Amino acid sequence: MKKLLDCHKGEKVKVVKLNASYDLKQRLISFGVMKEAVIEVLEHAPKKKTIEIKVGKMRLALRDIEAATVEVEEI
Amino acid sequence: MSEKKIDPQACPIIAKHIKVALVGQPNVGKSMLINSISNAHLHVGNFSGVTVDKTEVLFDYKDYHFTVVDLPGTYAFTDYTIEERVTHEYLCAEDYDIIINVVDSTNLEKNLQLTSELLTMNKKMVIALNMSDEAEKEGIEIDEKYMSELLGVACVKVSAAAKTGIETLINTVIEVYLAPKKDAKLIFSEAVEEEIATIISYLQKHKYEARNSYRNIAINLLKENKKTYAKLHDDPIWTELQPILIEASHHIELHHNTDDIKEAFAEEYSAFNRGIVTEVVKQTQQLESKSLTEKIDSILIHPLFGIPIFLFFMWGLFQLTFTLGNIPMEWIDGFFGWLGETVSPTISNDDVRSLVVDGIIGGVGAVVLFTPNIIILFIGIALLETTGYMSRVAFLLDGFFHKFGLHGQSFIPLVTGFGCSIPAYMSARILKNDRDRLLTLFIIGFMSCGARLPVYVLFAGAFFGADMAGNILFIIYVSGAMLGLLAAKVLKMTAFKGVDEPFVMEMPKYRLPSLKLIWHTVLTQTIMYLKKAGTFIAGAAILVWFLSNYPHNLDLEKAYNVKIEKAVDVTQKAKLENKLAQEELEQSYLGRIGKFTEPLFEPLGFDWKMNVALQAGLAAKEVVVSTLGVLYSMGSDVDETSKSLADNIRENIPFASAVAFIVVIMIYLPCLAATTVFAKEAGSWKYAVYLFIFTSVVAYSLAFIAYRVTLMLT
Ligand SMILES: Nc1nc2c(ncn2[C@@H]2O[C@H](COP(=O)(O)OP(=O)(O)O)[C@@H](O)[C@H]2O)c(=O)[nH]1
Repeated sequence: MKKLLDCHKGEKVKVVKLNASYDLKQRLISFGVMKEAVIEVLEHAPKKKTIEIKVGKMRLALRDIEAATVEVEEI
Repeated sequence: MSEKKIDPQACPIIAKHIKVALVGQPNVGKSMLINSISNAHLHVGNFSGVTVDKTEVLFDYKDYHFTVVDLPGTYAFTDYTIEERVTHEYLCAEDYDIIINVVDSTNLEKNLQLTSELLTMNKKMVIALNMSDEAEKEGIEIDEKYMSELLGVACVKVSAAAKTGIETLINTVIEVYLAPKKDAKLIFSEAVEEEIATIISYLQKHKYEARNSYRNIAINLLKENKKTYAKLHDDPIWTELQPILIEASHHIELHHNTDDIKEAFAEEYSAFNRGIVTEVVKQTQQLESKSLTEKIDSILIHPLFGIPIFLFFMWGLFQLTFTLGNIPMEWIDGFFGWLGETVSPTISNDDVRSLVVDGIIGGVGAVVLFTPNIIILFIGIALLETTGYMSRVAFLLDGFFHKFGLHGQSFIPLVTGFGCSIPAYMSARILKNDRDRLLTLFIIGFMSCGARLPVYVLFAGAFFGADMAGNILFIIYVSGAMLGLLAAKVLKMTAFKGVDEPFVMEMPKYRLPSLKLIWHTVLTQTIMYLKKAGTFIAGAAILVWFLSNYPHNLDLEKAYNVKIEKAVDVTQKAKLENKLAQEELEQSYLGRIGKFTEPLFEPLGFDWKMNVALQAGLAAKEVVVSTLGVLYSMGSDVDETSKSLADNIRENIPFASAVAFIVVIMIYLPCLAATTVFAKEAGSWKYAVYLFIFTSVVAYSLAFIAYRVTLMLT
């Protein structure tokens, strides 16, 4: 499955599933990262340690480990 | 509301008092709104038990007394950060009349996520559609009448920045306050509605008595709300209700294809919100493909230039804090010196004079002395935060700091620590997560603060000579910082072990800073510092004063005073006075502790004089040099540049002991004032004890190693 972490800069994808632990999942959901949400990857920090994404109108930063728990598909 | 049914005639004051809880997601403009509503009375305090600032505004409008409590910004009720916990607890447990939910009109869908959770709280509510000026500019039109109708909650367009709609908002609050409570209209998918209906009919059948509506109870039960569960758990109907609930959850989870009911509900809310937004929001003009924020971001978080740009900003802030801050510091220092000198002749009793002048005025002076630094630093941080740049900093630096178990934002408190630990501890507030913040707080002390510089200068000068001293200083500072990062890693693997806290952070829109808002935040925080820390720090200063001045040895004083009077020239007099000071310090409580602990510090090569200097240094690092000066007495006016002291130290202290001494100075507690601030920021004195143990053990072990290694090498 494709992960959010694998997406390149500028790519737009749709969330399929959250494989995160309970806490992280709640956190992601409270920011609108949930099933069916459309995400655009905006920026990568050096070495892809952190990535910036756009969900709806909000920009979010996530670590690589967190981004790896989000399963996505191309749209 | 039952408890508000008080005869207005009998008790007019209480009857006309409206207590408002201001709730919203971070960065929606709550602080600014509270600022626009009233500047009259600003009350700053802490929420009980935690260090989150609590702002209360009191004002009168028409015939009503308003109390508005600004609750910390929260995305949802997940209890992830202290802010979320404080807000959630306040909303559930405290007594208030009405909620104002502030939302950002330019991003309604995201903001409604919190709103929909608030709708089940069984409280009267008004929604303030803030940033309506910005929404207009972006071509976003919201039909607030229709929205009020759809949600069953009054919605008012306001702009905290342009000050529009504020009066309508307050009038609406009064109207809603006076009207009977209406149920909000929160509609779910068919599957959930079915289950809600089942539970409602069950509650009706059993005539369950509750203040909240059956519908809200049903929703909260399905959402596995802990409080509602706890309440019903002790009720006889629970045994029958439980299987119904389990069945219902299964049904809903199946429907949403998940095994997590919270996720299912989040999706329900999100669907509902999307519905509302499609109904009431019209986008009249198409947004540019790339917003201004994205353009700025492409420079400021550029993979190559981002970090240098940030370092430049940091350097500027740092320069300002410790150079501009020094100017008023000199005035303040001068003022308290003058005050002491003016007051001291008016008090005849020696002990009282010493207490007032050295203890109280000196102690309070030390607190006030840091205020300029703190104000400048707070202005800097407020600027970073309100412009939205702070999150970019975390984004840029997290990769590096995460290696050591720290958070990207830890950088700011750590760098500030090179100036002074007090503002550094306070700036650690920018870390929203408890564990990240605690870990950062624990290692701030490793960044050598400005007050330690005189000690380093003295020793480096004494043992290495002027041309090498600079390099030695550099080595001391850099190795301190590296030790700090290592310590963070070690703490992370031991005391703060566990899975990493998730790092998911909003990168807010860039905004021009508002002067008024910055003034407001800085004022609030400065008052907090002076009020809270001030009392602690002054108390601690008095304690140290006491330990180093008592008990008096009257015989000793008498004997010396006779000798001093007999002394022929000034130098001899000074020598005698110094000798008296030395002997008095030796037999004071502090001196006794120094002597008593001599065996403990012998493995490090310290004599009792070094012990006393170190222990006095717990109060403040500035004291170390002056204490050493008194103890290795040469001339009464001692500072780090005095030639004789450096010579004396070189002659009296072996090189290896000196190295060990420096290592201890680098690592152990910065000062009492900082330690009290640390305890306040960490949230408990328990942590101050841990910090003391941690720094002492590390300082001792490393000093021991340094001592042995130096002995072997020399
Ligand atoms: N254009 C505009 N900006 C606003 C408005 N209200 C607040 N802001 C800005 O939004 C940012 C965040 O506001 P703040 O009050 O700190 O938000 P809080 O985190 O909810 O307290 C600040 O930069 C404000 O200047 C508004 O009504 N219109």
